[in-house]
Amino acid sequence: MPFNFELVSPERQVRSGPVHQVVVPGTEGDFAVLEGHAPFMSTIRDGEIAIYETAGAEPLVMKIEGGFAEVGDNSLTILAEKVEA
Amino acid sequence: MASLKDLKNRIGSVKSTQKITKAKKMVAAAKLRRAQERVEASRPYAEKMQSVMASLAGRLGDDAQASPLLVGTGGNQTHLLIIATSDRGLAGAFNANIVKKARETADSLIAAGKTVKFYLLGKKGRAVIRRLYPDMIVHFQDFSDIKDPDFDYAAKIADDIITRFDAGEFDVAQLYYSKFKSALTQVPTEQQVIPVPIDGHADGDKATGAIEYEPSEEAILDDLLPRNVAVQLFKALLENGASEQGASMTAMDNATRNAGDLINDLTIQYNRTRQAVITTELVEIISGAEAL
Repeated sequence: MPFNFELVSPERQVRSGPVHQVVVPGTEGDFAVLEGHAPFMSTIRDGEIAIYETAGAEPLVMKIEGGFAEVGDNSLTILAEKVEA
Repeated sequence: MASLKDLKNRIGSVKSTQKITKAKKMVAAAKLRRAQERVEASRPYAEKMQSVMASLAGRLGDDAQASPLLVGTGGNQTHLLIIATSDRGLAGAFNANIVKKARETADSLIAAGKTVKFYLLGKKGRAVIRRLYPDMIVHFQDFSDIKDPDFDYAAKIADDIITRFDAGEFDVAQLYYSKFKSALTQVPTEQQVIPVPIDGHADGDKATGAIEYEPSEEAILDDLLPRNVAVQLFKALLENGASEQGASMTAMDNATRNAGDLINDLTIQYNRTRQAVITTELVEIISGAEAL
């Protein structure tokens, strides 16, 4: 079940679209977001996020620095100061 | 009356000026497109930041221990005016408009007995401010070491400003830049960055209670507030970049047209003078022949 995922850096919108699962390096530990996650907000430590477009697919890994993640109504928004593919 | 030679020289010099303005106009048009794209690309981030800040701040509104970046120092005595201008001229009234806007505020603050300090970004604002308000400039830097300001650059400036704020150098910070509306209109804008102005009617109450925060609301806010200053600065620099090119394009378009008009006028004058000279010569020859 896909949900909407947005990855935004100050310079541009890096990614926007439906994904299956995203693993985010939160300040207090990694967490994975799937469809229907409860509303949640967390700061992020510098690290890698893994984006799974479909269940069981190879994850797309991106390095991010400085920012925070917001899980809203069936959507995940990550604001990061730096994003490297 | 000006001699033929003088007129010819003037036409030549206006023509070469026109060549310069025409070239600058085309350069500005090309740069404008890129600058505009950068502004548009940066908007989602700034907007998202704004909405998160508003909803967080709305929830913490009554908290007495909130960060001074949000609620202020309690004082209102010292104002820091951050003026972002460009390094280059040839952009019409672009820089003058920004500085004018800041001067209005500065003058009314000084009249009200407040202390005003200036934090200048970009070469073009410095001369005026230094002449009018000597000894009030706390910092000046231009963009000669960087072509396109990126986020890191804005973050460094923001760090410096926040360090000064923490050291108690000022209570309120206003940011001046030119907002890019279109290639034809740029609006000189005043924006308060410290403390963060909070919309009283932020829609922060909608999903209240249900959201979980990690580590905590306060910690997130403390993390976001300095970042927000950097984001606002970055936005201002980008808007300024696009505005400068827009203003430059319009100004150079006008200049090119004016030069064209001037050339036409001068050419007509040149031709009339030439004709008059020929007529005079003919009259001299004919009357000379008649006298014989």
